[in-house]
Amino acid sequence: MELLIQGLNDLLGQALPEWLVVLLGIAIVITFVLFFPPLVFMIMTWLLRRMLGRVADRFGANRVGIGPFNEKRTRQRWPLWGLMQPIADGVKMFTKEDIIPSKGDKWLHRIAPIAAIVPAFLVFAVIPIGKDLVAVDLNVGVLYIVAVSSLFSLALLVAGWSSNNKYSLLGALRTAVQMISYEVPMVLSLLIPVLFAGSLQLSKIIEGQEAWLGLRWYIFYFPVGTVAFVTFFIAALSELNQTPFDLPEADSEIVAGYQTEYSGMKFALFYMGEFVNMFLTCGLATILFLGGWQGPGVQLGGVLGYLFSVFWFFFKTFGMYCLLIWIRGTWPRLRVDQLMSFAWKRLVPITLGNVLVTGLLVILVELLL
Amino acid sequence: MDEVLMYIAFFALAGLTLLAGLAVVTMKNLLRSALALVVAFVGVAGIYLLLQAEFIAAVQVLLYVGAVMVLILFAIMLTSRLTDRQLRQFTGRWWLAASLALLLFIVLAMVIAPAIPGISFPLEASWRELPGASMPQDPIASLGEQLMTTYLLPFEVASVLLLVALVGAIVVAWPVRDRLPAVEEMERKVAEAKKRVEAAEEAEGAEWSAEDAEGSAEEAE
Repeated sequence: MELLIQGLNDLLGQALPEWLVVLLGIAIVITFVLFFPPLVFMIMTWLLRRMLGRVADRFGANRVGIGPFNEKRTRQRWPLWGLMQPIADGVKMFTKEDIIPSKGDKWLHRIAPIAAIVPAFLVFAVIPIGKDLVAVDLNVGVLYIVAVSSLFSLALLVAGWSSNNKYSLLGALRTAVQMISYEVPMVLSLLIPVLFAGSLQLSKIIEGQEAWLGLRWYIFYFPVGTVAFVTFFIAALSELNQTPFDLPEADSEIVAGYQTEYSGMKFALFYMGEFVNMFLTCGLATILFLGGWQGPGVQLGGVLGYLFSVFWFFFKTFGMYCLLIWIRGTWPRLRVDQLMSFAWKRLVPITLGNVLVTGLLVILVELLL
Repeated sequence: MDEVLMYIAFFALAGLTLLAGLAVVTMKNLLRSALALVVAFVGVAGIYLLLQAEFIAAVQVLLYVGAVMVLILFAIMLTSRLTDRQLRQFTGRWWLAASLALLLFIVLAMVIAPAIPGISFPLEASWRELPGASMPQDPIASLGEQLMTTYLLPFEVASVLLLVALVGAIVVAWPVRDRLPAVEEMERKVAEAKKRVEAAEEAEGAEWSAEDAEGSAEEAE
């Protein structure tokens, strides 16, 4: 991102006034942060439907093509593998009726979807999707991500309450309890890579996994790094309200939880917030434990190196996402009491002990070397 | 250019925080008040960011907005009586509170004002730079080091405070088996008081429902 702006400066520096170049630089970053998440969201919904289809032994969304690639004109039976499905979904969402419960809190009902989507976009600003490809490299990156994404649960609470529906409220309360409980083990697991790298900055954490052709990932620091990765993934599943922790929107118990009373584009915003959060969490796991954009080929440098770095980041992130879908398709749901006792009696002690052991190991290694 | 931007950002954030604070104490709905408090907290976090205290800003959002406010909202939503009713935000003694707050504001302004260039004030404030004070290379690392060395005692005292709150919550929630006679006596008294209150509330409730009926009749007309 920095380099791009620098290049722009060199190219247009003479032709355009200084302030315009500065504004253009800002515009590039904003465009990236605004347009990238919806794009990712589209691909993710398609992938989810196709993969869940495979898990359930059916086809999934495979019919929607476009232009010359539509169903009639090609001999292909499944035009473009249904890749245009998300666009059809988007059109459907836009044309649906927007329903606001007459006895609910109208203003809060309107604000809640916006409050759900904004933090997801804000977090995107600090995620490095490739070598030097990051909008802002904050020195408290990890903490920033945890802090801003905790705003999501607030939006869900507001959504559940303003709908004036008992299922919505129950879903919102479940979300709040779950998110608060699992935030503790998640943050404690995040601390392990931070301890390894000695910094909260995401670029420093990725740098720390550079050795061995970019394959010395923190997940391979057995046993502490591996345990931290597993606990992080479990806690993250819960933070994302994903199976087996999808109690806040358990359709067999409370209709659809906090989003019961939402329709049309507002529902789509919640949906998008959820998916963008999924991508961000998979990306965070990639950055912290799987080396981020590091990998064989990045060392080549130049344009090829950049391409490799982007490839590795998306490869690992979507790999994590596929793992998530796999779990979603095959696991049953936990009960509320199991959920709470698992968080406080199992995960928290494990992660606390892990932090202690890791701290000792880091000091020992420093003393010995 | 930068300074102007800083001023714009500061006044926008300060205005947002103050407006949200005003909303907290004037809104009739308790849940909306709590949400306005969220906005105020975020505004304060923004001001921390302006002061280059990124760590404090992130912790402010994480702890106050992400944890404390979610718990407060949770408690409010569970007590449905509070959310359904229009609350009275002002009591008869609001002028006393307002004058105390004004007094506090004047004292704070007198302390802070001399630090702002271009403003002279009768009180000579004792603002001085600590010897060797400067922006550290790695603010977070030095913050951690200071917390573990120079400010270890306040740090530990704060954690003891949290522990006390935790123990208190457990004691309140713990199922009682062997009760002390004094506790039983107290519980008996509480139960009696509750009965009295309930009786009073029932009497009041009858009045309220009568009023409600009148109101709906008016609406019907």
